[in-house]
Amino acid sequence: MATILEMRGITKEFPGVKALDTVNLSVEEGEIHALVGENGAGKSTLMKVLSGVYPHGSYSGDIVYDGEVQAFRNIADSERQGIIIIHQELALVPLLSIAENIFLGNERAERGIIDWRETNRRATELLARVGLAERPETRVDDIGLGKQQLVEIAKALSKNVRLLILDEPTSSLNETDSEKLLELLMEFRRKGITSILISHKLNEISKVADTITVLRDGSAVSRLDCSSGISEGDIIRDMVGRSLEDRYPPRAPEIGGVILEVRDWTVHHPIHADRKVVDGVSFNVRRGEVLGFAGLMGAGRTELAMSLFGRSWGRDISGQALIDGAPADLSTVRRAVNAGLAYATEDRKTYGLVLDDTIRRNVPLANLEAIADTMVVDRHKEAEVAERYRKRLAIKCSSIEQETVNLSGGNQQKVVLAKWLFADPDILILDEPTRGIDVGAKFEIYTVIRDLAMAGKAIIVISSEMPELLGITDRICVMNEGRLVGEMATAEASQERIMSTIIRSTGDRR
Amino acid sequence: MTQTTTNPEHVEPQRSVLRHSLGFIRHHIREYGILFALIAIMAFFQIATGGILLKPVNLTNLILQNSYIIIMAIGMLLVIVAGHIDLSVGSVLGFVGALAAVMIVHWGVNYWVAGIICLGVGAVIGMLQGFWIAYYKIPSFIVTLAGMLVFKGLTLWLLAGQSVGPFPAKFQLIASGFIPDPLGGDGMNLFSFVLGVAVAAILLLMAVRTRRHQARSGVADEPFAFFAIKNALIFTALVYMSWLMADFRGLPNVFIVMALLIAVYSFIASRTTVGRRIYAIGGNEKAARLSGINSARLTFFTFANMGMLAALAGLVFAARLNTATPKAGLAFELDVIAAVFIGGASMSGGVGTIVGAVVGAFIMGVMNNGMSILGIGIDWQQVIKGLVLLAAVIFDVMSKKKG
Repeated sequence: MATILEMRGITKEFPGVKALDTVNLSVEEGEIHALVGENGAGKSTLMKVLSGVYPHGSYSGDIVYDGEVQAFRNIADSERQGIIIIHQELALVPLLSIAENIFLGNERAERGIIDWRETNRRATELLARVGLAERPETRVDDIGLGKQQLVEIAKALSKNVRLLILDEPTSSLNETDSEKLLELLMEFRRKGITSILISHKLNEISKVADTITVLRDGSAVSRLDCSSGISEGDIIRDMVGRSLEDRYPPRAPEIGGVILEVRDWTVHHPIHADRKVVDGVSFNVRRGEVLGFAGLMGAGRTELAMSLFGRSWGRDISGQALIDGAPADLSTVRRAVNAGLAYATEDRKTYGLVLDDTIRRNVPLANLEAIADTMVVDRHKEAEVAERYRKRLAIKCSSIEQETVNLSGGNQQKVVLAKWLFADPDILILDEPTRGIDVGAKFEIYTVIRDLAMAGKAIIVISSEMPELLGITDRICVMNEGRLVGEMATAEASQERIMSTIIRSTGDRR
Repeated sequence: MTQTTTNPEHVEPQRSVLRHSLGFIRHHIREYGILFALIAIMAFFQIATGGILLKPVNLTNLILQNSYIIIMAIGMLLVIVAGHIDLSVGSVLGFVGALAAVMIVHWGVNYWVAGIICLGVGAVIGMLQGFWIAYYKIPSFIVTLAGMLVFKGLTLWLLAGQSVGPFPAKFQLIASGFIPDPLGGDGMNLFSFVLGVAVAAILLLMAVRTRRHQARSGVADEPFAFFAIKNALIFTALVYMSWLMADFRGLPNVFIVMALLIAVYSFIASRTTVGRRIYAIGGNEKAARLSGINSARLTFFTFANMGMLAALAGLVFAARLNTATPKAGLAFELDVIAAVFIGGASMSGGVGTIVGAVVGAFIMGVMNNGMSILGIGIDWQQVIKGLVLLAAVIFDVMSKKKG
């Protein structure tokens, strides 16, 4: 096999930070090369250098592609050479059709007039190649995320891709869609297309990758050849620079009395009012307990949590919520917070943070009264609070004056967590608390969860990662299609048992 | 993980001070830039007009001419920070002026009573618009565009197409009066000067105190030289201007009103929970709502407040012209909005300061005034003002990209 890409001694500096420090990356033609590392290790930066987002001259080192030193000035330059990057946040226009999206900026046209027949014919071909059974005229927002991902790949194929870069392609996909995507990558390998796969999901990587490059703090620390058998533990050790004996902190739960009891909770869809998104769910959680909510995407877990938290989602909400045995008023977010509830969102950028604001201003946002003296904010107290949580949660930043938009995903998650810890709730609902964040930061967040439970708080964790639920909870509720379909002590639970609970209940309702 | 963060300051103290200063400038270039822009523009016109710009009589005039824009810019800043816009303020200003004229001149209502009613009416107008924006999520652009047409029409109806005036002499004092001088200065308003110096001293003292607090809690990141130069500049400018104005007839009443409004609203915006929450809903409304912030109610109050300030500006404007005309307030909303954006507010909300908006209004005002003195026609004045607005926002976007 020939080397298709060699990045030599790439160094990229931002004001005050060395994001990449003499990184070498060498990719063989026709392989699947995985790029792993903690958040902020420099994976995305390296790929931005490669694809010309950071133009030639803004970094030092050489990119040798196809045996020639390249000087990409922009993305168009690298795309012309067949290097296509698909970002984690998809770049599709939701209101346009699949075919229109595939040929966006690259329209099948003659003298500015689009040839629709040719467009749709070519699109159909490309869709067949990625195994997507949709008509090219279908609007992109009418298909699911997994299929949208395939449209992105079809778009890459239309540009005669030779090196496909996928940044966290499966982070928002369910198991089936992820599986399909990985199979597609393996098929591409057979056809000679090279892929670089950035992912946090080590099980997927060990399944498909031929070679793994591990980045840590801006340097390439190791290059692992998968043919010789690599364990996930090896990868993790290289990623964090220490071996994680256990991915979950040890715990010794002390479970007290029931604090929150929810009875027959039903929520309707805000637009399609006749659709029940949460259907008669009853559950309780105890002091000192970590309760997990398992389920597939769209099972209604987030909707349950948000509707409980000040009716922030849905309409025609019915049911009863009792805190310490007495009916609780959770009708607005303010009242829910006053009742001791907190909800840390799964979507931190949209619902969690004021991104343009600093850490200092984000942390106290849910509990401004605590740092204010009759409406006047005490800025010194505010700085103290932010500083305290920065230390406690080990938020990596230049200072609390850093804007949250510039933080990595894991650190953003910690700021959201800090905000709710400062509100001092009795019941803390964490929705996908570790989505898209790296192993090291995950462990830190698990530790925080454990410590909170030990301090007598009730914690509800919604997660799509079953190993995580099995690792950190005491009890697991399983939801499917809006209903609570199972409940088990974590000690007796397994991934298979949760999955089979979900599958057996599917379609019961209709 | 925390151990790995190295601290360059310990390695090279000399160079890091310089780098720190440069980094600070880069980060705060917008805040200083706007102030320097005002100083540069003033210096330019001072020279170009042969010293007329800062003559006591002209300086006083400058403040009187721009008072109503500044008053509205304060309210508009909050509206824009909250992520909205209010296009109706010019019409509301005209309508309230007309209402005051009809009440005082035609019906003989006491001007105090009329003034208070007018402020109330302004607040109610703001509430009516804010209600649809806050609780029914109708875009503020549409609601206030409608308001602009409605109140322009109502002004015409109220005045029956005629100008109404003149106002009683005491009412005119709002806009044309000066504070009395109990100290009995000889040939100048000594009290005004003392007041000006006192305010400047208080501001300086407060700045020093905050600085000391910051130093103690270790969050001071403004290099000392900057701190010293900035505050010395502000102090000198305030003392010099109060000297100039004291030399003419003293501080205008409107100036006192304006100064109070600036102080109070600056404090509200930067130091209170309410202010903090307005910035949060402008920055990310969904996140703010999920943090327990009642964004609808805050939006509603922001518009109510805007209405009241537009009414106050309406009274000042009517008193200044000494008559209410159907054309009063025409296109004022554009000047106000331009001032806020020149002052560094962001179109998407969540960013901006009261002082910035006021400085923005002064930049527009000084340019109007200076260009008029130079005899530049209204046609080119418009062109130049438009270009300055564009340049300010371009500068804003560019400096943000680099930072």
